Amino acid sequence: MQRVGVFVCWCGSNIAGTVDVAAVSEALKNEPGVVFSTNYQYMCSQAGQDIIKNAIHEHNLTGIVVCSCSPRMHEATFRKTAAAAGLNSYMVEIANIREQCSWVHKDMMTGTEKAIILGKAAIAKVNLNAPLTPGESPVTKRALVIGGGIAGIQTALDIAEAGFPVDIVEKKPTIGGKMAQLDKTFPTLDCAACILTPKMVDVAQNDKIRIFSYSEVTDVQGFVGNFDVKITKKARYVKEDVCTGCGACVEKCPMKKVPNEFNLGMDNRHAIYIPFAQAVPKVATIDPNACNMLKNGKCGVCAKVCAAGAIDYTQKDEIIEEKYGAIVVATGFNPISMEKFDEFAYSQSKDVITSLEFERLTNAAGPTAGKLLRPSDGKHPHTIVFVQCVGSRCESCAEKGKEYCSKICCMYTAKHAMLTRDKYPDTEVYVFYIDVRTPGKNFDEFYRRAVEEYGVKYVKGMVGKVVPEGDKLKVQASDLIANKQLHIDADLVVLAAAIEPDKSARPLATMLTASMDTNDFFTEAHPKLRPVESPTAGVFLSGACQGPKDIPETVSQASAAAAKVIGLLVKDKLTGNPCVASSNEMMCNGCSSCERVCPYGAISYVDKEFRMPDRTTRIRRVASVNPAVCQGCGACTVACPSGAMDLNGFKNNQIMAEVDAICK
Amino acid sequence: MQKITRENLIDKASELLANGTVSCVLGWGKGEFGYDVTPTIFKTADEMKNGFVFNDFCGANFSKYLVSKTQKIDGKILVFLKPCDTYSFNQLLTEHRFDREKVYAVGIPCEGMADIAKVKEIAGDGITSVDSDGNTISVSTLYSDKPVTVNAADVLAERCINCKSKKHVAYDELLGDEGETLESARFDEVSRLEAMTPDERFAFWQNELSKCIRCNACRDACPACTCEKCVFDNPASGVENKSPANSFEEKMFHIIRAFHVAGRCTDCGECSRVCPQNIPLHLLNRKFIKDINEFYGEYQAGAEVGSRAPLVNYTTEDLEPGEVFDRRDENA
Repeated sequence: MQRVGVFVCWCGSNIAGTVDVAAVSEALKNEPGVVFSTNYQYMCSQAGQDIIKNAIHEHNLTGIVVCSCSPRMHEATFRKTAAAAGLNSYMVEIANIREQCSWVHKDMMTGTEKAIILGKAAIAKVNLNAPLTPGESPVTKRALVIGGGIAGIQTALDIAEAGFPVDIVEKKPTIGGKMAQLDKTFPTLDCAACILTPKMVDVAQNDKIRIFSYSEVTDVQGFVGNFDVKITKKARYVKEDVCTGCGACVEKCPMKKVPNEFNLGMDNRHAIYIPFAQAVPKVATIDPNACNMLKNGKCGVCAKVCAAGAIDYTQKDEIIEEKYGAIVVATGFNPISMEKFDEFAYSQSKDVITSLEFERLTNAAGPTAGKLLRPSDGKHPHTIVFVQCVGSRCESCAEKGKEYCSKICCMYTAKHAMLTRDKYPDTEVYVFYIDVRTPGKNFDEFYRRAVEEYGVKYVKGMVGKVVPEGDKLKVQASDLIANKQLHIDADLVVLAAAIEPDKSARPLATMLTASMDTNDFFTEAHPKLRPVESPTAGVFLSGACQGPKDIPETVSQASAAAAKVIGLLVKDKLTGNPCVASSNEMMCNGCSSCERVCPYGAISYVDKEFRMPDRTTRIRRVASVNPAVCQGCGACTVACPSGAMDLNGFKNNQIMAEVDAICK
Repeated sequence: MQKITRENLIDKASELLANGTVSCVLGWGKGEFGYDVTPTIFKTADEMKNGFVFNDFCGANFSKYLVSKTQKIDGKILVFLKPCDTYSFNQLLTEHRFDREKVYAVGIPCEGMADIAKVKEIAGDGITSVDSDGNTISVSTLYSDKPVTVNAADVLAERCINCKSKKHVAYDELLGDEGETLESARFDEVSRLEAMTPDERFAFWQNELSKCIRCNACRDACPACTCEKCVFDNPASGVENKSPANSFEEKMFHIIRAFHVAGRCTDCGECSRVCPQNIPLHLLNRKFIKDINEFYGEYQAGAEVGSRAPLVNYTTEDLEPGEVFDRRDENA
C-alpha cells in the first residue's frame, strides 16, 4: 500500500478564487492510501516545496499528489522536489485543478466538487505508480540547421562559435533567404545586404560550418542527441568544389529568357545562373528546366567557356547521410499568393505589385538598378497607393487569406513610404490601413516620422477595388475617419501581402514529428517559457517558421535557439524519459499491430526462445521497444489486441483507475 | 452440393503424403454427430479413409489451427482451404502467427455450407445422421421412421448466402476452378440495424446478447483470436470478469471482442456458426467492416498478406482527426 501525501495549491487566488482549497484537502484525506493532506498558497514556491519535502520525511510518503496547475507548468518542479526528498520523481502525480478546473468554472460549488474528483483520480493513479528510472543515451555533437536565411545563418554562427560543427541545409542555390532580397531594413534604414552579406561570408569561412545549398532534408530518423538524417543534394550540374564563380558561363549562356526568381520574375536570368553577386556559395547552377543541353543535348556552351572545367551535365542527385544531436528548423516564410485577391487587379496589371517586389524595385541590385520605375512602362510613378493587410487579419476570408496579423507589414510599408518620399519628393504616397501596429524599439517613432516629417498620407480604411484604366490604376477606397469614399488615380499599387510559412515546413514537421498549428507555423514547447524549442525533444525553432517575425526578433530567436542547442550538445549523455512503452513478452503475439501505428519507428521484433510449461522451448516473435526512440505517445498500447503493450507511468490499469475514480 | 468430393481430397492428400511434400493433413474429422466435424490431424492415407469427412457440413475454418499445429509438428502440414478460409489464412500470415513455409495449402472450391440450425428447423431435433446427396440432404432423426429430405439450397448458412468471395487469395495448389469475388448483400442487415432508433437497436442487442452463456465458442473458433493470452483469461487485463454477471457485463464481452478483431476480422462468420445460442455475432463485426469501408475506403482484411488495416496504420499522410470527421460528412 502506498503512503500518499496530498498538497493542494491555492495559486494565490487563481485556484482559491473558485475552489474551496481547504474543503478539497479535507475531502481527499479519506481517500485510499492518503496519510497526509494539506493546502498552501503557492506550492511551487520555496516554502511550498519545503512543506512537501518535510511531509515526505515525516510521514514516510511513498507517493505524492499535487493539486495545482497543469503538469506542463510545474510537473518537473515537483518531481525535482520529490527527488530532493529522496522519493522517486515518478511517484508524483499532478491533479490539474487550475486550467481544467478553477479557470473554467465560475461557481465555487462546482469548482470545488470537480477539484475533489480530479484529486481522487490522481490519488487512484498514484496508488498504482511504480518508481521509474530514466535511461541514458549519448549525444552526437553536431547540429543541423534547416534553412539558410538570416535565422539559420545566425543560429549556425552562434553554434559554431561555441565550437560545435554545424551543417546548414538550404534548398535554394545560395544562403541568404528573404533578407538578401530586401533593400533597407527598419527602423534604422541600414541596407540589408550590408549587414547580411558579411554574415554569409562568415558562414562560408567558418571551418565548423558546412553549407549544403540546393539541398533538402528528405528523411529524419532517431531521437534527441541521435538523429539520422538524409540530405538530398540536388544536381546543380556544376562541380561545387571546382567552380570559381567567375560568371563566364552565365555571360555566354544563350538561354537568356528564364524568369529570375530572385527578382520575383521582374527580369530574366540565364539557364545557368548565380542568383546574385554576393551568393554563398558563389557557384553557378544550371536550371534543368531551361537548359537546352540538359533538355535535348544541344548547346554545351557553358562547358566550353568554363576555364575550371566545373560543368558536369551528368551530375546526379546525391544523398548525404549524417548524424546530428540537434536539429534547428529555420524554414522561414513566403508572401501568400495574390491570385485570389482579384479586387486589387494583381494579375491584370503589372503595376500592382507586392511589397517584396517593391523591395526589388528599389534595390540597387534589382531589375531597375534601384530606380523606382513602373514595371509596365518604366516611367516614374507619381502617385503610389500602399494597401496594408492584404490577406492578413482576414477573418471572413479564411479561404484566401490568413486570420493572423503578419506583423512586419506595418513597419516595412512605413519604410517604403518614407523612402519613396525621401528619394522622390514629387510623389504622392497613400497608405491604407486597418490599424498601424508598431510595438518595437524605435518602431513608433519611425512610423511617426513617415507621417510627420515625410508627409505620407495614412488613411484608415481598406481599398475596395483597383481597376486598370489607360495607364492609371483607379483606386476606390473608403476613408473611415472622414467617412467618405475616395477615388485615387494611382500609378503604382503596392500590396502588403500576408506572409505564410514556407511550403516545405509541413512535410518537414511530419518527418521531425514536430507539431504545427493550423496555419502551418511550428508550435513551440511552451509559448512563454520555452519559445524556441519544439515539443519534440532535440528540435528547435528559429525565425519565421514559428510565427511572423521581423529581423531583430528573428535574430534574437535564432541566437536563443543556438543557446538551447549548445546547452544540449555540451552534454555527453542525455537522460531519457522513462514513460515509454514496453511489451510484456509473455503476452505478445508478434502481430505487428504496434509497429504499424508507431509514428517514431520505435518498435522492432525479435525471435526469442521461450521455455514452455511442458519444458519444451518455443521460438516466438515478440515486440521490442527502443526506449530511446519511444516518445510515450501510447498509440501502440491501444493497437495491441492482447494488452501486451503498456506505457510506463500511464499503464492501462492506472488510466482505468483514474476513470473509475472519476465515475465513482 | 460440393463440386469436389471427399474422394478427390483423399486422393490429393494421399499423393502429397506419399511423395513427402507434407507430413500430415489438417482436415475435417468425424464428429460426435453426423453433422459435426472436428479438426483432426491425419498422418496416413489410411487414417484419412477412416476418419476424414467432406460434405455440406464442413464449414469449419481451419486456418486458425495452423498457429498451434505448425509449432508442434515437424514437416509441412497440408490444409484444405475454402475461399473464405484463405482470407483468414492471409490475415494470420499478416500478423506473423505461423510460418508459411510449414504449410501446404490446397484451395478447394465451395458451393456454400449448410447451417445445422436451419436443418433442425425443418427436420426437427434428435438428428442421428445426415447424408448429403446431390442437391438434397437426407436427415434421419430419433423421432421419425423415415429420413426427412431437405433441400440443400434451403439450409444454406447465412454467410454462404451472402458469400463475399469464391476466389482463393492464398494457396499452393488449387483443386477445381478459381472463382471470383462477389457483390454480396452482407451489409443489408447492418444497414437495417443502423436505421433503427438507438433504443430499438439497444433492445435488439440486449435481446440477442442476453442469450449468451459465455461458453467462449465464438472466441475459440475465431481465426482473429489467436492471442498468446486472451484478455478474457488474463486477470491483469481488468476485463477478465466481463461475464454474464449482470445485463451490462454480458454485452461487454462481445463488444470488447468486436473491438479487438476490428480491422482484422475477415468476416468468415465462424463466430455465428459456432454460437450454440444462435446469436448473430457476425453483425457486430460487419458493422465495423462497414464503418471502416465508409471512413477509410474499401478494405478487406486478409485479401493480401502484409496489408495494413486502416485502424492500425500510421502514415505521414494521415489526416488530422478533425479532417477525418469532415470526410465522413462528405461520404454521408
